[in-house]
Amino acid sequence: MTLDPAAAERQLRRGRGVTLFGLAALAALFVVALRFTPPERYQGLAQKIFYVHPPAAYAMQLAFVLMGVASILYLLLKDERFDCFAEASAEVGLLFGGIVVLTGPLWGKPIWGTWWTWEDPRLGFTIIQLLLAAGYFALRSAVRDPVERARFSAVMGVMALLLVPFNHLTVYLFASQHPRPVVLAPERPKAPWEMLRVFFGGLLTFTILYLGFVMQRYGIAVRHALREERIDA
Amino acid sequence: MIPWRIVAGIAAKDLRIERRSRTGLLTALLFALMVQLIVVFAHDGGSLPLHVYAPSVLWITVALASLLTLNRAFHLERTHAALDAILLAPVPRAALFWGKWLANVAFVALVIVVALPVWLIWFDVTPVPGLLLLLPVALCTVAGMTAVGTVFSAMAVRTRVGEMLLPVMLLPFFIPPVYFASQATLQLLIERPFAAAALEAWRWVRLLLLFDIAFLTMAHMLFPAVVDE
Repeated sequence: MTLDPAAAERQLRRGRGVTLFGLAALAALFVVALRFTPPERYQGLAQKIFYVHPPAAYAMQLAFVLMGVASILYLLLKDERFDCFAEASAEVGLLFGGIVVLTGPLWGKPIWGTWWTWEDPRLGFTIIQLLLAAGYFALRSAVRDPVERARFSAVMGVMALLLVPFNHLTVYLFASQHPRPVVLAPERPKAPWEMLRVFFGGLLTFTILYLGFVMQRYGIAVRHALREERIDA
Repeated sequence: MIPWRIVAGIAAKDLRIERRSRTGLLTALLFALMVQLIVVFAHDGGSLPLHVYAPSVLWITVALASLLTLNRAFHLERTHAALDAILLAPVPRAALFWGKWLANVAFVALVIVVALPVWLIWFDVTPVPGLLLLLPVALCTVAGMTAVGTVFSAMAVRTRVGEMLLPVMLLPFFIPPVYFASQATLQLLIERPFAAAALEAWRWVRLLLLFDIAFLTMAHMLFPAVVDE
C-alpha cells in the first residue's frame, strides 16, 4: 500500500501550523484593508470586499485545477495519494467557492443594485464550477468500493477539467449578448499601489490558507482511506 | 485503431433489444412530449407568446430526454451481468464505448425526430427554410452530450443511487452544448434565405463540433478506466 499513516499525521500537523499562520495573515489583512488602506472614492467601504473576494475566487480556481491535475495523475500512476489529494483539494475548493458566492452579492447589492446577475460571466462560471464539484462529491459518496471510487471520481475530475474552457466560452458569450445592468458602472480599477499591495497580500494569504486547509484535509482523507482498508481486511 | 465491426455489433445489439421490447423508446418519446406539454401550461399565458420559448424548450427537452436514455444505457447490461460477458469477450474497451455511444445517439435522434414536428406545431414555429438544418444541429448537440453521458452512465449504474446521481453529475456538462444549440436554433428560426441562416448558425455549430471532438476524444481515453476491474 502506498499510503503511509505517519506521513498523513505529519501532513495534518504541518497543515495545522500553516493554517494558523494563514489565519493570522487573514486577520492582518482585515486590519490593513480596513484601517490602513485608503477608501475608494465611489464605492466607499463596499470596495473593501476586493481584498477578500477575488483572492477567494483565485484560491477556488487553484483548488479545482489541482483537483483535475491530481485526477489525471491518479489515472496514469494509480497512486492512492493522488486520489486523497483530489478529494482534499475539491473540498477546499468548495469552501472557497462558498466564500466567493457569499461575499460577491454583499458587494453586488450596493454597487450593481442586484444580488445576482447573469450579465457578468464570472458569476455563472463560479456557480457552474461549484455545482460540478458538488456533483463530484455526490459521486464519491455513492461508490462504496474505495478503488472504484478513486477511479470513477478521477474520470469525472478529468472531464471537469476539460469542461473549464467550454464553461468560460459559454458564460462569456452569454454575457456579451446582454447589456450590463450596472448602477454605478465600476470601471476596471486602476488601483493605486496602496490598494494593490493589500490585494496581493490577499492573494498570498489565501494561497497560504489553501495550503493549510488542503494539507489537513489530505491527512484526514488518508486516515479515512486507511480505516476503510482495515474494515475491508 | 477502433474495430468498427465490433462497434457496429454492440450498437446493433442495443438497438435490437430496444426494437423488441419498445418500452424504452416509447417511454422516452412520451417523456419528450410531456416535457413540452408541461412548458405550455407552466407558461403564464400573458406577456410573451409561446414561440419565444421555442428554442429553449426544444433543448431542455433534448437534454432531459437524453438523461432518461443514458440512465437506461447500462441498465440493459446489468441484468444477468451482461456487461461482464462483454468484458470477457475479446472486445476492446474503447470499442464498447463507441458502440454504446452510437446506440445512445441513434436512440436520442429517434426521439428528436418524433418530438420535432410536435414542437413545431405546439410552439407555433414559423416554417422557415433554416429549419431544414435543425436535425444536423441536433445531431451535433447530442453527439457531445452523449459522449460524456455514456461514460458517466457506466459509472452511475454501479452505484446505489444511479438514477438520481446521473443528472447531478451530467447536467453541468450539458450547459455549453445546450447554450450553443439554442443560439444556433435562434439563428435558424429567423426568416431569411437558407444560405444566410446556415452561415449564421454555423458560428455556433462549430463550437458544438469543438465540444464533440474534445469530449469524444476524452471519453474514448477514459472509458477503459471505468469498466476495467
